[in-house]
Amino acid sequence: MQLQLFVIILFLFSPLVPQENAGQFFSSGHTNNWAVLVCTSRFWFNYRHVANTLSVYRSVKRLGIPDSHIVLMLADDMACNHRNPKPATVFSHKNMELNVYGDDVEVDYRGYEVTVENFLRVLTGRLPPSTPRSKRLLSDDRSNILIYLTGHGGNGFLKFQDSEEISNVELADAFEQMWQKRRYNELLFIIDTCQGASMYERFYSPNLMALASSQVGEDSLSHQPDLAIGVHLMDRYTFYLLEFLEDIHPSSKANMNDLFKVCPKSQCVSTPGHRTDLFLRDPGSALITDFFGSVRKVEITMETINLTEPIQQVEQNFVNEERQKETYSYVDQLPVSEIIHQKPKQKDWHPPDGFILGLWTLILLVFFKTYGMKHLKHIF
Amino acid sequence: SLCKSVIYGIITYRRRGQLAALSIAAVVIIVGVPLWWRTTETYRAWLPVSQINELSNLQLQLSAEVEVVFARGTVTPEQQKKVPLTQIQDEEHTVDEDTALRYRYETKYRTATIMEEDALNQPTAAEADLSLHTLSESPCGSLVVYVIPESSSLLPEDMDVYVGQRRTALLRIGAQMRVGKTLDQLLAHLEPRIKQVLQVMSFSHTDISAALSDRVRLSPGNKESIADSMRTFKSSPGYEITFSLLNPDPKSHRLHWDIEGAVQTYIQPLLTKLASVANFSIDSQTLYYAMLGVNPRFDSSLSAYTLHSDSLAHVINPVEARLGSNAASSNPVLNFLLYVPDAHHSPLYIHDRKKQEVPSNAFHSPRWGGIMVYNVNGFYGPEAVFPVDVNINMAKVMGVFLAQLRLLLGVQSSTAPSGFLVAPCGSNGLADWELDRLMWSRSVENVATATTTITSLAQLLEQIGNIVINDNIAEQVSSAVTSLQLAVAELETGNLRFALQYSKEAILASERAFFDPSLLHLLYFPDDQKFAIYIPLFLPMCVPILLSLLKIVSDARQKRREKQAKKD
Repeated sequence: MQLQLFVIILFLFSPLVPQENAGQFFSSGHTNNWAVLVCTSRFWFNYRHVANTLSVYRSVKRLGIPDSHIVLMLADDMACNHRNPKPATVFSHKNMELNVYGDDVEVDYRGYEVTVENFLRVLTGRLPPSTPRSKRLLSDDRSNILIYLTGHGGNGFLKFQDSEEISNVELADAFEQMWQKRRYNELLFIIDTCQGASMYERFYSPNLMALASSQVGEDSLSHQPDLAIGVHLMDRYTFYLLEFLEDIHPSSKANMNDLFKVCPKSQCVSTPGHRTDLFLRDPGSALITDFFGSVRKVEITMETINLTEPIQQVEQNFVNEERQKETYSYVDQLPVSEIIHQKPKQKDWHPPDGFILGLWTLILLVFFKTYGMKHLKHIF
Repeated sequence: SLCKSVIYGIITYRRRGQLAALSIAAVVIIVGVPLWWRTTETYRAWLPVSQINELSNLQLQLSAEVEVVFARGTVTPEQQKKVPLTQIQDEEHTVDEDTALRYRYETKYRTATIMEEDALNQPTAAEADLSLHTLSESPCGSLVVYVIPESSSLLPEDMDVYVGQRRTALLRIGAQMRVGKTLDQLLAHLEPRIKQVLQVMSFSHTDISAALSDRVRLSPGNKESIADSMRTFKSSPGYEITFSLLNPDPKSHRLHWDIEGAVQTYIQPLLTKLASVANFSIDSQTLYYAMLGVNPRFDSSLSAYTLHSDSLAHVINPVEARLGSNAASSNPVLNFLLYVPDAHHSPLYIHDRKKQEVPSNAFHSPRWGGIMVYNVNGFYGPEAVFPVDVNINMAKVMGVFLAQLRLLLGVQSSTAPSGFLVAPCGSNGLADWELDRLMWSRSVENVATATTTITSLAQLLEQIGNIVINDNIAEQVSSAVTSLQLAVAELETGNLRFALQYSKEAILASERAFFDPSLLHLLYFPDDQKFAIYIPLFLPMCVPILLSLLKIVSDARQKRREKQAKKD
């Protein structure tokens, strides 16, 4: 019996020795990381939502995901808001301990560009061809994506910009379309809103893991106000999430089970929830850095090619081609001369407005009613 | 008479009322409902759904032509009488319930011509390969295998097969084949070797099933093939290649690299040969004060700095933030970085897991690119005046980058079976049969991706009834379907070049249709919202009509009852 066990163990370990390079690939199956961080609310009193998003952005950048792989959507500009007593800063801790705005924030969608339509377009990839690279989610089938949403939400919806909402069915359908086109390998969805757990109830695509800050019927509460700035700075769940992430470094081996323990009810007041039934791997084997960081797989280059030809000089073809020097000039951005010497605008004739027509009709009707039709011939 | 007229008026009044109610109901149902339906329906152009459903069940046939040429001394005169001969073999594989593969090998056997015999008499295999190529050029996707006698000196002792740079292979016949065996036995003896040659030079089942990964998520079978599929970039119509020179210490080193010339001489031939597979655009840049982000350790035994392979994974991220990319295109980017260590940390060597020095001093990251460390401390002595001018040896650098490029594009094949001698790739970095391999797997990958895209698009549009399907989308879908059907047909007949072209067109059309910005499913209306909109509009209008219809029915019933009572 023991001999059999020993032989089995020997067989298990022997394939590891020759296939060293291939071995490191199999823990997660992804080769690159993306993050989509969205803050959906505007107005000064929703400062905390922008601070939430920026603190997650900061952690994700610190752990290695470059700006080219982060799509950051902020619905309002708190750093340059007129009411900000410390302009160009967004603080996440009271007494202004930590400025999460920093010097190198790259906001891809700002202000009114953050709409449900644009968010769904980014996720599904259906952007107009003129969209620049920084505004696109160019993930492939080996990308792990982190999606973080924060704002005001309710049972089954999340409010965008105080004027529209995205429902959990639309979100689930968007993820399904991403899966159909193989736009992700694994996806981690974190939402910090009231009744956040309702947003992941309808997911049905494989390889999704979701975390929410509160269950249906509960409100997510904010953490602490700063009396100098005058608003609440962070939400509780993201505050403790940020504290947890500050302990993670790029070679950390902490896994998702630790992430589920972040912000218990005693600290958060609401009950955070998570959903892992659609995730194919065991959450204990998924590292935090699989989603929050960007640890690249690396292989040593064993072979080289022996090149013996000398370098051909690239000929500068200035002699033969007569480069016609076209003079270019800039178009006036602000045509000052036209503004100063303004010609009167020729007004096109418009037929009379409906209001004027209606008014005249009313007057005519009243006239003929009082005086009778026989006066008609006096008019025409 | 007054009574009569009153009663008459009452009856006709009721009759008028009934007629009015009935006519209003008729107008609502006959005119109103169709009008409301037409004005609220979304425009959906016609899609070839039946053809799409046919395509979802993919039956691919790949045909390869092999010509087996017997040199003098390999066949006896009796066997020679039965040659020339053509055989067709089919190999079926079922990948899953929707996908089936069939490999068809058409083998033509013949004897060598006099000119081919002369060519095979060259001293080395490489020269024989060259002169055979000058005689005839095999079309894309086909192979020629020359069977040479055991006594031939072209191959070394332990090698049986030589794979050339174009589409020819030399196969040495085994010692067991003595005079007296029949042709069938000879062919049966050769068959396993020829099959191996086909797997190396044409397509193998592992490659093709890896190419189908978009359709079929395979469970981890062969670890090497999974690593291969994770490493190579997915098929894309274009790629961008960026060469970056990282100089962290401009105060000490003034680096000169002739990147334009090097690209023109060494990289461009490969890319020109790959032009049928994808478009490439190349740029280059120099970055100053770009550090590695990892501290190398000083190894006193080598008196050099070393980077262990475990820390290599953390090198890329700090650098990537500074690399930049072409904002105008969404093509995948391959980055090749040349890092020249600063004077205080020179020389810098990369060590693998076994603490051995890596000869190329380079590493690569799957689906990203490669980094090479180039030490320049050997070019100047300790008394040099800084900054020192250094000319970088581009041939050495490009040798490494070219190898990495081949790996990342999927050109490099896995290790050949034992007894195979593979010729090094030519001056343009790519052997013809490697190109064929790439074209086979790219065609299959494109076909698989395009079919999944089209079928999922059709499913999506069917499921969500509210999405508007414009004419241009329908056109793209139809053209994708046509191109797919053509690509599958061309694969069946073995026209590799056309198959690849059609598969590329199919993928472009299907991606354009799937990612069209107008297909945004924003029209999700939950049922309670639909009721909330329509009830205030229709209910006030329908209530009087319904009530009057009910009244008509109850009146008619009462009249019938009265008639019954009268009869009785």
